[in-house]
Amino acid sequence: MLNNITMGQYYPVDSKVHRLDPRIKLILTIVFIVAVFMAKTFAGYALILGFVWMTSRLANVPFRMLMRGLKPLRLIIILTFLLNLFFTQGDTVWIEFWVIRITKEGFMQAAFYSLRLAFLVVGTSLLTLTTSPVALSDGIEILLTPLKKIHFPAHELAMMMTIALRFIPTLLEETDKIMKAQMARGADFESGNLLSRAKAMVPLLVPLFVSAFRRAGDLAMAMESRCYHGGEGRTRLRVLKITRNDWIACGAMAVLLGLIILEGIIL
Amino acid sequence: MQTDTRVQLNDVSYTYEEQAQPALSGVSAVIQPGEFVAVLGHNGSGKSTLAKLLNALYIPTEGNVLVCGYDTREEKLVWEIRQRAGMIFQNPDNQIVATVVKEDVAFGLENLGVPTEEMLPRIESSLSAVRMSKYADTAPHMLSGGQKQRVAIAGILAMEPSVIIADEATAMLDPSGRKEVLETIRTLNRLKGITVIWITHFMEEAAQADRVLVITDGRIRLSGTPAEVFDRVDEMREMHLDVPHMTALAAELRAAGMPLKSGILTVEELVEEVERLCPLKSAT
Repeated sequence: MLNNITMGQYYPVDSKVHRLDPRIKLILTIVFIVAVFMAKTFAGYALILGFVWMTSRLANVPFRMLMRGLKPLRLIIILTFLLNLFFTQGDTVWIEFWVIRITKEGFMQAAFYSLRLAFLVVGTSLLTLTTSPVALSDGIEILLTPLKKIHFPAHELAMMMTIALRFIPTLLEETDKIMKAQMARGADFESGNLLSRAKAMVPLLVPLFVSAFRRAGDLAMAMESRCYHGGEGRTRLRVLKITRNDWIACGAMAVLLGLIILEGIIL
Repeated sequence: MQTDTRVQLNDVSYTYEEQAQPALSGVSAVIQPGEFVAVLGHNGSGKSTLAKLLNALYIPTEGNVLVCGYDTREEKLVWEIRQRAGMIFQNPDNQIVATVVKEDVAFGLENLGVPTEEMLPRIESSLSAVRMSKYADTAPHMLSGGQKQRVAIAGILAMEPSVIIADEATAMLDPSGRKEVLETIRTLNRLKGITVIWITHFMEEAAQADRVLVITDGRIRLSGTPAEVFDRVDEMREMHLDVPHMTALAAELRAAGMPLKSGILTVEELVEEVERLCPLKSAT
């Protein structure tokens, strides 16, 4: 059961987008976010939508996988839409009824802001769908390396991410085991209200934490015995290389950003 | 000051902080290069403490430990020692760091600062030495306990150690996993001449070693070949340690008046000895 869990939402297929350098993808995602914020009109959004659609085609990621990323945020997006719809001042009144007053401007703004949110989520989903968590932590480590000068623990952060990823399946398995052991002794995790269910989690969490700490101690000793002494003087098995495709991706993003800026000036 | 002797303990004592009783006291031993030494003792005998002293994870309170001529008390030699004396721990889950097998094997090499182009051949050869090559790209949590321990061995092997210390490496495995790990280690010992210090509480495993050290209450009580050690059935029992079933049976038979030779460890040896004493009359 637990052996099949996928890490995060990584969509494991091979594609040109998957093979891009994680550093480049991280930077391009940030540029994409900037582009989304700079778009002033629906024409700009059309461009962004086109870009997202093309990237997802290139990445072999089905469009509905991208849409799935929106699901957990649907409440926020709907709320944004409704708040903007009802509370924006405007002249062109469409519907007026009791305290409700919907104007054309309100509707436009509501659509605009909720679309912006959606694009932000979809854009970052593209990154996490096409980049394995390990590659992502590699990319983050290298991008943050310059910050080591101001004592930012870039290597330690990446190591922590890797270890967390390594132990997620192990701890899940353990949770499952403890849960079954407690259920066999009559523990009830399913019934009752929220409070009593939260209380029922205590006999699950305490042994889990104890074991996690023991594991951490063991792992620290095993790492030390294999000569781990921090990031200093360390070499890497995976070396990231920037290829032609990375430059093409940068070019495509530059074109998108350029068009968005142009659109802001003209329209 | 490099000498032939791989591992040497000179009158070593170790006391844990906030404890009055020393975990080890006055332990001396010399382990020759290429030797397969089993350290036997029950829980709390100090055998795990001994393992950690050999890898400079603990520094002796008294006496000194020399690994390939390097003194573990010298702080700047610590990485030299740990590269030469690799250690495998009990829990297979808690010693694998990376999310992919080959990256875990690379972990030690990355720490040593080995250039990337040198890493791949070293990873490949160590994975093939433990017969795990086809799992190079697998996630560790998909492997069995025995396979995880073999990955841990490969991770040590990639660092090209002279000594491998296994601290109850089979204690959490099922019988087939135990066999698979012990066989892997024995092959490495035979073919590559790597010194092995095998800490265990399984008699059957200790019986396969060149030499057995028996530790009780922080002291080495018996030392010798498996046959010599296990023949002292009464002394072993006194220390609440068992002996292999056949050795025990041979001792009983001897007490009952059968002049069996000493040093019987396996069923085959016992059968052979009994046949020698009372040859079967050929079937008529």
